[in-house]
Amino acid sequence: MAAIEWIRFGIVIVLLVFGMSIFFLEIFGVYRFKFVLNRMQIAATGDTLGIGLCLIGLMVANGWDATTAKLALVIVFLWCASPVSSHMIARLEYTTDQTLLENCRMVSMEEAEKEAVRKGDGEDADI
Amino acid sequence: MSHIRKQSEYEKTFAFHFFRWLGGEKDAFMGNMEMHPQKEYAEAETTIEERLRDRRQALSEVYDRRHNKELKFFNVLYKCMSVVFCIALVFVLVYMVSYLPSVGAEDKPTNNIVSETYISDGLKDTGAVNIVTGMILSYRAFDTFGETNVLFIATCCVMIMLMVDEDKIRENKESNDRGFEPKNNLILKKVATLIVPLVFLFGIYIILNGHLSPGGGFSGGAMIGAGMILYVAAFGFDKTEKFFNEKVYKCIKVTALICYGCIVTYYFLTGANGLESIIPLGKAGKILSGGITLPINIFVGSEVACTMYAFYALFRRGGL
Repeated sequence: MAAIEWIRFGIVIVLLVFGMSIFFLEIFGVYRFKFVLNRMQIAATGDTLGIGLCLIGLMVANGWDATTAKLALVIVFLWCASPVSSHMIARLEYTTDQTLLENCRMVSMEEAEKEAVRKGDGEDADI
Repeated sequence: MSHIRKQSEYEKTFAFHFFRWLGGEKDAFMGNMEMHPQKEYAEAETTIEERLRDRRQALSEVYDRRHNKELKFFNVLYKCMSVVFCIALVFVLVYMVSYLPSVGAEDKPTNNIVSETYISDGLKDTGAVNIVTGMILSYRAFDTFGETNVLFIATCCVMIMLMVDEDKIRENKESNDRGFEPKNNLILKKVATLIVPLVFLFGIYIILNGHLSPGGGFSGGAMIGAGMILYVAAFGFDKTEKFFNEKVYKCIKVTALICYGCIVTYYFLTGANGLESIIPLGKAGKILSGGITLPINIFVGSEVACTMYAFYALFRRGGL
């Protein structure tokens, strides 16, 4: 029984450390990046993956309980809300920023797909 | 035996002035106060020159950091002293902390008769299982009444400053820069339809369970207000106007405040004189218990929700 407890403790530590390091990356990136969409992307990463990993770690630490269910609900809520807010920020930036093309490249959906295929082919060729 | 006074005599009496003022026929300030239209501010040529010269002199002589040694020295000293002062302050505060009683110590000064009385008599007096809510909404209900009034007055002030006429809102609909924001966003709409009902439900749950579990009118009302803001952001004002316009807003706000005031006044009058209050405390733990706590929670919650939504709407388009 003690072995299982130790394994659980290890999993909790790993998850929490990963989550906290993603938070650190988020804060670092938000101050380091200059362009809005880059900052939005890194902030959204922290808000979904970082919080998700931390909360899953806490759920594992807590065991089967009503509190675990509540934490799961928190995860669901955050994963609904945070990406949508990021999406809204991106849309607003796209509609209002007149100097958008100086900072990034705009690609239509078909071009992006073609590019992805090309990239995939290249990687295959390398292997 | 009565005779009618002469008109000139009557005009001198207090009653004449009072009824004229009441009827709005006379402006109290008109004639009694000196009133001049404000002149447009114009600066004389000489003062402008003087000002510019002074500024140039100040920049070249007083604030010249390269050549003015005193200023240079003062700058360095200022920075050093600020660091020293901050460190000294930190030391003083940390030193103070060592004198504070440890957490949970029995002989803390905060463990006095007041908190003991609240804990031991709170459930008996207020009927609320959640002692904190019982405390703020019955022992200190007058204080909370003041807070609710603050919310009311705050929205009134914002309305005075930002309210725009209905027709103007329609007129400016196309021209203002709000047109840039993403409208009818499908993703936001879908997520809002999922989340908004849950937010409303949770807010109502927190308000109704204020006397049983942590929470209460303020937090629950803030939640409902946030849900309404999300709804507006997703679906626009055309949808919310159907169930929440200025009329509804006024009704809810004034009713909540008046009812709250009446309940609190009644409670204090009967309670302070040792009379029997007709509001039953109920069985502790049931949803219909807690005496005045539950209705006051509801009123405070509706007040806070209205305030949140009104702030958002007023700042966004100048009307509810």
